[in-house]
Amino acid sequence: MSEKQFKHKLYVKKNIEVSFTASTLEKIKTIISHYPEGQQKSALIPVLHIAQEELGGSLNVDIMDYVAGLLNITPIEVYEVATFYTQFYIDPVGKYVIEVCHTGPCALCGGEDILSYLEEKLNIKVGETTEDHLFSLKAVECLGACGSAPVMQVNTEYHEFLDIEKIDEIIAKLRSERELKKPEELTWKERLS
Amino acid sequence: MERKIILENIEVKGIRSLEVYRQNGGYQSIEKALKTMTPDEVVAEVKTSGLRGRGGAGFPTGMKWSFIDKKSGNPRYLICNADESEPGTFKDRYLLEHIPHRLIEGMICAAYALGANKAYIYVRGEFKYIIGILNEALKETYKAGLLGKDILGSGYDLDIHVHSGAGAYICGEETALLESLEGKRGNPRLKPPFPAIKGLYGCPTVVNNVETLSNIGWIVNNGGETYSKIGIGRSTGTKLISACGNINNPGVYEIELGLPVEEFIYSDKYCGGVKGGKELKAVIPGGSSVPILPKNLILKTIEGQPRLMSYESLSEGGFVSGSMLGSGGFIVFDEDACIVRNTYNFSRFYHHESCGQCSPCREGTSWMESVLHRIENGEGKMKDIDLLVSIASKIEGNTICPLGDAAAWPVSAAIRHFRSEFEFHVEHPDVVKNIKHGKLPIEAPQI
Repeated sequence: MSEKQFKHKLYVKKNIEVSFTASTLEKIKTIISHYPEGQQKSALIPVLHIAQEELGGSLNVDIMDYVAGLLNITPIEVYEVATFYTQFYIDPVGKYVIEVCHTGPCALCGGEDILSYLEEKLNIKVGETTEDHLFSLKAVECLGACGSAPVMQVNTEYHEFLDIEKIDEIIAKLRSERELKKPEELTWKERLS
Repeated sequence: MERKIILENIEVKGIRSLEVYRQNGGYQSIEKALKTMTPDEVVAEVKTSGLRGRGGAGFPTGMKWSFIDKKSGNPRYLICNADESEPGTFKDRYLLEHIPHRLIEGMICAAYALGANKAYIYVRGEFKYIIGILNEALKETYKAGLLGKDILGSGYDLDIHVHSGAGAYICGEETALLESLEGKRGNPRLKPPFPAIKGLYGCPTVVNNVETLSNIGWIVNNGGETYSKIGIGRSTGTKLISACGNINNPGVYEIELGLPVEEFIYSDKYCGGVKGGKELKAVIPGGSSVPILPKNLILKTIEGQPRLMSYESLSEGGFVSGSMLGSGGFIVFDEDACIVRNTYNFSRFYHHESCGQCSPCREGTSWMESVLHRIENGEGKMKDIDLLVSIASKIEGNTICPLGDAAAWPVSAAIRHFRSEFEFHVEHPDVVKNIKHGKLPIEAPQI
């Protein structure tokens, strides 16, 4: 194997202790019980969602290995799923992931302008994260809300019928919330970086 | 005539809750089906109704159900496909958000008909808040004894669970959805065996769209015969159309199949005409995968008959002069929209969403994207246009799942109907470099 392959981010294990809280483990147990006996692998996508949400906003090898152990499957089975689905982030992301739809109907209604406005406003390019780890900007394909285009999603919340004023308002709101409470997620990310 | 089946009572305040839904006649079909009908009778009613799959393919639902393998002795599964991600389509989101019990009611009837004791609702990962709404609705339903063990004392057991995807268009394809539900990458499976024989965990499975299942309650209540009288010809019943793009009233509309397209676009009851009083240029009538049609061909067929919103009328003329009803994602383009730009946009979408399993799709979609990108940016050559047609024809029909076709059709249709616009891009690189979605100084082609 070439050296390059070993440097792939999926091979970088930092050996950080990863664990869910007891209540999360209970939640995962319920999810596994939704599937027939021996089919606990079905719970993989829901569990990865929980892992990403509770363990700092993105996945890494340590988290994925931990999930593999929980579901009693091999780590590679987790990696291949985590890299296939666009909602799982392998690279660290900011506290707020802004995903702007730029597919057909949204593009017709100005989705691409929204994207370039956000690039300018946050002073980052698509795919990057602001220096304060607050915002990540992503261009995504259809969010299934074409009737209220242009649309973007901030973490799990939809924002529709966007225009410049609305975006200013949303960004200001998100910024001020940070000043109110210090996110615990940031400390986790600091440990990783 | 206006007729509401799926969207009936959707305006009623609090209809999202079980209590209000039941006050408005909800869940009557469960009593009727479970207490007075055999599973085969329910299947027969749905067959009589002529209901066709509302996810895009339009396959008769009753027929799909009758294929399920009841002899194998393996458990059977019913899956609701709520992985709505076709650009232009947002009808299922509207249903799930406002009237989730209509789906659950339909699912109980359907699962009973199929003899399934477990059902899943596969919701796309982005619809996180909808997962919350569904879980809340399911909790109420369990509490009321409409789900779980021995439903309404009939001896029939059913569990419904919500499963979340994680952002992959391909998981809307039924076998990719099954793979995803098993916790794997969404790579579609080779058919046959069809899911009705070997589906989820290798067991007989039926996968139906949200809108399809939402019809079942009404059909059980009122009979398949009554349903089959609504609509036109083999396009029975009503259809949700999600209208978007450059129109005055984007939104979800329930129409009786057979409504003239012209009325749908210009009536204030529906789209309300093109935004800003502009001219209509083109329409994609069934979600991004189906061929685009220029104004003259969407309003009238090649024979001069008015085009109707039905499976048959929209596909009249084949792909030469017709399109498809698809999933009902109705995308309207005004005179200023750039078809090349839009075709590039959709190609990028399909490149992004190709699972990478079949070479023609994996390589072809990225090739088409890069060729369209250079034409769009004024760097294309005349032979690139024929190259695109050639790539598209080599993807079509050569892949395991229909995503390959879905990627090829929009490109070949755009070139078929708007070739002059592509040529204009090649001939006037300086002009097109400065236009985003602007109007091009050429006329729409006349046929």
